[in-house]
This record gives sequence, C-alpha cells and structure tokens, in this order.
Amino acid sequence: MPNGVNKGAVTAFWGKVKVDEVGAESLGRLLVVYPWTQRFFESFGDLSTAEAVFGNAKVKAHGKKVLDSFSEGLNHLDDLKGAFASLSELHCDKLHVDPENFKLLGNVLVVVLARHFGKEFTPELQAEFQKVVTGVANALAHRYH
Amino acid sequence: MSLTRAERTIIVSMWSKISTQTDVIGTETLERLFSCYPQAKTYFPHFDLHTGSAQLRAHGSKVVAAVGDAVKSIDNVASALSKLSELHAYVLRVDPVNFKFLSHCLLVTLASHFPADFTADAHAAWDKFLSIVSGVLTEKYR
Repeated sequence: MPNGVNKGAVTAFWGKVKVDEVGAESLGRLLVVYPWTQRFFESFGDLSTAEAVFGNAKVKAHGKKVLDSFSEGLNHLDDLKGAFASLSELHCDKLHVDPENFKLLGNVLVVVLARHFGKEFTPELQAEFQKVVTGVANALAHRYH
Repeated sequence: MSLTRAERTIIVSMWSKISTQTDVIGTETLERLFSCYPQAKTYFPHFDLHTGSAQLRAHGSKVVAAVGDAVKSIDNVASALSKLSELHAYVLRVDPVNFKFLSHCLLVTLASHFPADFTADAHAAWDKFLSIVSGVLTEKYR
C-alpha cells in the first residue's frame, strides 16, 4: 500500500465522487492542458479545441473507463501492483504509453477533485490522493520492460 | 514556449479575482505543498509551518504577490522576476523539482476556489504560465 495512506478517508471521500463525470473531465483536461497526449487518441476524431474535446463521445466513454479502473484499484490499496498487473502489461505491450502520462493524468484528477469539492478537498485529503495516484501510476508502470 | 493572446487574457482576468484574496490563496497553496510534498519543508527549518502560522500566511502572500508581478508584466516575465531569479539561483537554490510541486498546488487551490472560472482552457493557460515563471526562476541556476 502506498506509504501510510489513510484508506478510510480515501474510500469515504471516493463514495461521493461522480466517477463518470470526473473521469470524462479528467481525460478531457489531460488532452487540453497537455495536448501532446492526444497522440494516443488519433482515432477519437476532433480534439482541436476544448469545446471539441468535451463534446467528444469517445473522450467521455474512455474517461469513464479509465476512472472505473482507478476506482476498482481503490479496493486494492494493499496491492496496487497486483491489481494493475495486466493493465500494466497492456499499456506497455499493446498501447505503448509512456508512464509519464500516468503521472500527468493523476495530477489532473487531483485538480478536478479540487474543482468539484472545493474546501472539502482539504490539503490533508489531497495529500492522501497524491499518494494514491502515485501508487497507481507506479503500479501501471511496474510491468514495463 | 510563450503565451497566446487568449491565454494572456484568461490569466489577467482570473488574476483580478485572485488579487483580492492573495493571503488565502497563498496560505492554502503552501499548506497543500507542505502536506503533499513534505520534502519541501526542508527549505523552511526556520519557519513555524503549522496551520494558522503567521509566517506561513506572510510567505504565502509573498509568493502569490510575486505571481501577480509576473501577471502584470506578462509580456516580459523575465524582467519582472529578474531579482527573484537571482535570489533563487544564488541564495535559495531550491531544487527545480519543487517549482513543479508548488505550481501544481497553486492550480489545485485555484480550482478549489474558482470552480466556474477554472475551465480547461484556464487550467491550460495557468499551467503554461506557471511553467514559464518556474523557468525564469531557475534560468540562472547554471
């Protein structure tokens, strides 16, 4: 488990998150704020403006998929590497995604959570989530070769 | 990397809201920095970093005010922050990785306080602007 994560606080908070919305917004913001990440999504169509990105059905669907997976990972904070082993292999062998992108997406997710929850997303809660997103990013990179 | 006209407009307009709360924004940014990246505390052994500390508030204000100086000279950030750049290079020598941590915490704080204004385009503009500021502050390091 990521170093001393407050599992209770993380899971309690995550229960309030609208995973579909937050997933779509996080992926959308990744594509807008770090446009080079669009390199993995050439089949998604028009991503040329924020408006295009956020109106794109494939972005919404994929954002939801990614965050559903992240969500599932939160049930395995004690063994993130195990939980994400096959996804790690997929991202390396088939998708060829530079693991740096997992860190970028993790930080975008944190920004989106802050935007949705305001004051409730305290510095202490953010600290827990930073540990979690780092743990997930490391787990997804773990099987790279 | 330089800002487009649209990005400059977004930054200047958000700054007008931020400037009315530099204390609050600055303090929270530093609280987030020290909670999430405790290694950043190594640069402040002489500070009381507890919540509510006057030093934390004063320093937070100072940091956000400097960002404001950069906004006011958005066409020439290097000249506006020249003295600060020297300070960081020759005196403070903060490892460059910490500018990324601080920038991220400022973005999180802005998102938290200005959810409607902090659109994806605003997020992109501020991320880019803070990269530029960080670059200026580290450009004399070697």
